[in-house]
This record gives sequence, C-alpha cells and structure tokens, in this order.
Amino acid sequence: MPVKNIRDAINETLKLEMRRDDRVVVIGEDVVGGLGGSSGVEEAAGGTFGITTGLAAEFGRRRVIDTPITESAIIGMAGGAALTGLRPVAELMFIDFIGVCFDQILNQIAKFRYMFGGRADVPVVIRTMIGAGAGTGPQHSQALYNMLMHVPGIKVVLPSNAYDAKGLLATAIRDNDPVVFCEHKCMYLETCEVPEESYTIPFGVAKVTREGTDVTIVALSRMVMLANQVADKLKSEGISVEVIDPRTISPLDTGAILASVRKTGRLVAVDECNPYCSVASEITSLVACEAISSLKSAPVKVTSPHTPVPAAPNLEQLYAPDAAAIEAAVRRVLG
Amino acid sequence: MSYDPIMLLDAYRRMRAIREFEETMRREVQAGTVPGFVHLYCGEEAIAVGACMHLADTDYIGSTHRGHGHCIAKGCDFEGLLLEIYCKQGGLCNGKGGSMHMADLRKGMLGANAIVGGAPPIAIGAALSAQVLGNKGVALAFIGDGASNQGTVFESMNMASCLKLPMIFMYENNGYAEFSGVKWHMGSADITSRAAGFGMSSVKVDGTDFFAVYDAMNDAVTRARNGEGPSSIEAVAMRWYGHFEGDMQKYRKSGEVDELRRTSDPLVKFEARATAEFGIDADELREIDEELREMIEDALAIAKAAPKPTPDALYTDVYASY
Ligand SMILES: Cc1ncc(C[n+]2csc(CCOP(=O)(O)OP(=O)(O)O)c2C)c(N)n1
Ligand SMILES: [Mg+2]
Repeated sequence: MPVKNIRDAINETLKLEMRRDDRVVVIGEDVVGGLGGSSGVEEAAGGTFGITTGLAAEFGRRRVIDTPITESAIIGMAGGAALTGLRPVAELMFIDFIGVCFDQILNQIAKFRYMFGGRADVPVVIRTMIGAGAGTGPQHSQALYNMLMHVPGIKVVLPSNAYDAKGLLATAIRDNDPVVFCEHKCMYLETCEVPEESYTIPFGVAKVTREGTDVTIVALSRMVMLANQVADKLKSEGISVEVIDPRTISPLDTGAILASVRKTGRLVAVDECNPYCSVASEITSLVACEAISSLKSAPVKVTSPHTPVPAAPNLEQLYAPDAAAIEAAVRRVLG
Repeated sequence: MSYDPIMLLDAYRRMRAIREFEETMRREVQAGTVPGFVHLYCGEEAIAVGACMHLADTDYIGSTHRGHGHCIAKGCDFEGLLLEIYCKQGGLCNGKGGSMHMADLRKGMLGANAIVGGAPPIAIGAALSAQVLGNKGVALAFIGDGASNQGTVFESMNMASCLKLPMIFMYENNGYAEFSGVKWHMGSADITSRAAGFGMSSVKVDGTDFFAVYDAMNDAVTRARNGEGPSSIEAVAMRWYGHFEGDMQKYRKSGEVDELRRTSDPLVKFEARATAEFGIDADELREIDEELREMIEDALAIAKAAPKPTPDALYTDVYASY
C-alpha cells in the first residue's frame, strides 16, 4: 500500500470528492494563490501550506474559490452556499482566526438545522489548522476545538494520521451537517499507509491504536502519536497501556472509552487544549459519571496549562503535553 | 511646505534604521538564527516614518504582522526589539510575543498584530481614550491592503466617523496580501474611495515619498487634534521581499524588485530631495548610516547572547498580580 503524509492525503481526498460530486467547492484565502500577481502564474501557492495544490488546475476557478482576507464572509458564504445547493469546503487558515468569524459558526451555521425545524441541510466543512509547536506565537498556535465541541449542531474531527485524515475528510464532505476538520500544523508530514481509492470512516467511532489492560489513555490529534510512544515504551516494563483515539469529539464514541476504562480501571485523558472545559475534562467527567465503580484510581488529565501559547520556543516546548508528561500521568494512575 | 532640517535628519535616521534593521533580520533569518515567522518592511519605510514623525509617545499606533518598521518609527529601541524577536528575557514583551506581537505601551505602540484586521478596533479605542480624556492625543492604525477587506476595518472607520474620533487610518498598499495581488483581492478601485464613503477625509499618496506621506499626515493629525474627526491615507509602496522571509514569490515577476530598488527606493528618493532642496549634507547621512549599523549589530549581539525566559515565565502574566 502506498505511504502518504497527511498533507497529501488531504489534497488527494479533496480531489477525489470534487471528482465525485460537482457540488463540492473549495473556498479560502490563497487556496489558488497568486491571483492578481505580476508574474501571471496562476496557482502560485495552492494554499498557504500547499494543501490545495492542483485543485484550481483540475477543477477550475469556478469551483476553487480564492477569496480576500475576510473570514466572516468566507465562513458565512460557505454556510449560505451549503443551504442552497453547494457542498463547500471552506478553509480557515488557522483556527485562531475563528475569533473573526465565530458568529457565522456559532449563531448561524450550527443552528440552521434546529432553528429551521429540521428543514435544512448544512453540508459545509471548515478545514482548519490547530496546535502549538511550530513557533507561530499566541495568535496562531491554539487548539480551541474544545470550544466547538460545546456547540450543538457542529461536528468536530481530529485526525491523528494520514489514513484517518483521508477517510474522515471524505465522510465530512459527504455529511449533511457542518463539520470542523482540525489539522495539526506539526503533523502534515507524518506518514502512514493510505489506500489509493476513496473510502470513508464513520464519525463517532474511536480507534484503539494500542491494546492494553492496565491503563486507558484517551488522546486526540498529535497527542495520539505521543500516547502511542508512551505505550510502546512502557510495554517493555510490563505496563500494558491501551490508547484510544476518538477521532471525532463531536460525536464522541463514549462507548469505546467506557468499555476500555471498565477493562483497565484507570484513565489518563490527554488533550492539547487549555485545561478548563477541555475535551480531557469532558472525557474525565464521562468516566466519573458512568464508570466510577470501575475506577481503581483517580483519573488524570494531561493538557496544556491555563495560559496563552508563548512565542519563546523554550517556553512553547513546555506548553503542550509531551511524552514525558503522559508517561508521568500513566505512572500516577498506576499508583 | 518647508521642513526643519532637524526633523529631516531625524526622519532619515528612522528610515535608515528600519532599512538596516530589516536587512539585518533578513540576513539572520537566512542564517537560521531567528525563531518564528518574520515579515520584512523594506520598501515601505517612508510610510511608517512619514506618519510617526507627527506622533508623540502619548499618541498611539496599532500595527500589523509586518510591524518592525512601525516599532522603530515610533521610537522603540533596537535592543528591546531584537531581544523580543529572539524571544529573550528583557525583550519588549519578555519573549512571549515575538516578532508578530511586539508592543511597547510606553512608546504608544499598541502591538504588532498577527490577526489581520485585529488592530484598527483597538486603535480607535486609543482614540476614544484621547477624546474622553481630552488630552489632544491621536491614534493611528497601520492597515495592509489585504487587511482593508476585513469587516473590523470597515466597522472601525464607521465608528470613528460617527464619534468623530481623533483617528488616522494609514493604509499600506504594498501590492499584495500574502500571495494575492491587490487587483484581485480588492473589489473597489482603491482603498481611498472606500474610506471616503465613510465620511472622512481620504487621500492617496506615493508611499515611497516621505514628503508626500508627511504632508498628508500633517493634515490628518491637525484635523484629529482639532476635534474634526478621522482621516484616511492610502500610501502605495510595494514590499521588496516576500510575504514572510523565505516566501518563494512565484506570484511575482522576476526583476520586479530590482526595478523597485532602482526607481523607488524611499531612502534614495528622500536623500535626493533633502540634499538638493533642504540643505541636508550627504556626509552627515553617511555618518548616521555608520552609527546605526554599529548600534544594530551591537543590539543583535546582545539579543543573541541574552538568556531565554525562565520556565516559570510560562505561567506568569495571565492575570494581574497584586
Ligand atoms: C484574520 C487573519 N486572516 C488571515 C491571516 C493570514 N495572513 C497573515 S498576513 C496576511 C496577508 C496580509 O496582507 P496585507 O494586509 O496586505 O499586509 P502585508 O502582509 O501586505 O503587509 C494573511 C492572509 C491572519 N494572520 N489573520
Ligand atoms: Mg499588502
């Protein structure tokens, strides 16, 4: 099977879905790139990070819609188009920019179906980039997906590898509800085996990335990679760690999490968000409410601290959870 | 208009400082010593300086991701800036902001801003403070051509106009927003006509001509200080380098920048006029060049050698401490 990185898997999925359905359009800043430039080279960029490379050439500018810098209008336009016959994939370059357009997400797109009495489909995907670790400073490095989990009507996807990215993005594009698809900026070049053909991965179905019996780690996005490393390391010490990657946090596969914790009796919830009202908090609360009698020790949350993301690289390194913090948490729940 | 030679020498010093600083940054980014993303201001020096020559420390500016030039024009010191760009202890923001968030409230610098369109609402807040406090202060926001499309910018213009705020919208039309040309991303012919639509004085000037920016700004500041409300200035000056340092710039025709350097270098244009018409001595300018070069290299050495923030700094300054 071919090995691909996340960036290429996303690019390929966009192409496959655009070939499959003419209503799929891509909208965003510099998704073509170079329009109006003096060289006249079209598609001088193909996205700020090259994710939409080749789309304009294949599908034309009618379906690959490069926009001014204007997030409220981009996201609102995508939502309006989704109500009226298109299936837009809008790009919000960094999730931090959600501050500029949150009304269109929170009060408009998320509520259409419910507010309109179920008489609306809203097939819009917002692709966005999350995460610390790339030296991009306080306004370009946040996780923030926890805030979206709070909003009824939106689905939230957090792929942790190229295989899942491809299948989950296809599902997102074919889904009739708004989906925010969160790509971690430090993971685009992570590779794994990815089939050539199109496939979908259902939302709300977690993946067990490591099987184990002593401790359950629930981890998201880049944290899955770290949790797997910890599980592999501790295995040699005879500690059996199960790693659960929910893949989507809304909907959340509560069944898989509870089943694992009922088996291991111990929970470590790992999440790059700030600690309060984080996804780690939600998972811990789920386990406390539904499986407390299975717990052999108090669960531990491993999150970023209650601070913005600092610019200084040496401080940023201390910001998001690392493998050492996850390992320490595992040892703590083991007592 | 006549120009005081002392003012002209000061203006030259600030423009040269920006050029020297940014060329040094470019060299250092290429050498791999600079953390994060750096957006250079070369080619646009006359805009920041033409504007800030009219402002005191008690007047405020809001800036952009391309903020080094604004900081220098407003009087922030090299050492504080470089320590911040290198994310070191003693930097303007103690290393927590970096190049895209440098702020220095003592100098009336409300921050570079990594959110495009983030600064104008903040700047009108500073204009509101000046109005309410009655201190004759003014505020100015630097706004890119790309940023000029953000709703926050339109809202700020309308608010400033309604409230007659002592505010200047300084548009830096440098031809591009990231990789998109202004001809593509802007629906109107220019920014000037849009700003006029909000009921404020609105002019367009050559942003490579210090004197043009200075004169337009003179009018705008006079209006603001007299309580006559906001103004807009669209200064046109192409950027010389990529969107960020390292940008491949496939969207630009090759040779475009060489041509700009030859025909519209703001420093060359300034020197030609200042020496020919206003009695400025070129030798004195060379002395300034030399002095600045040394100052910047010294500050750079200090910044590189300075200690990084200590780990506990991660947790401080989230809230006020009493
Ligand atoms: C809200 C928001 N949207 C998009 C970006 C990404 N971005 C950073 S700079 C930039 C282009 C800005 O162009 P312009 O305002 O013309 O300023 P210039 O870079 O030319 O100085 C973009 C799109 C951002 N930082 N913030
Ligand atoms: Mg620009």
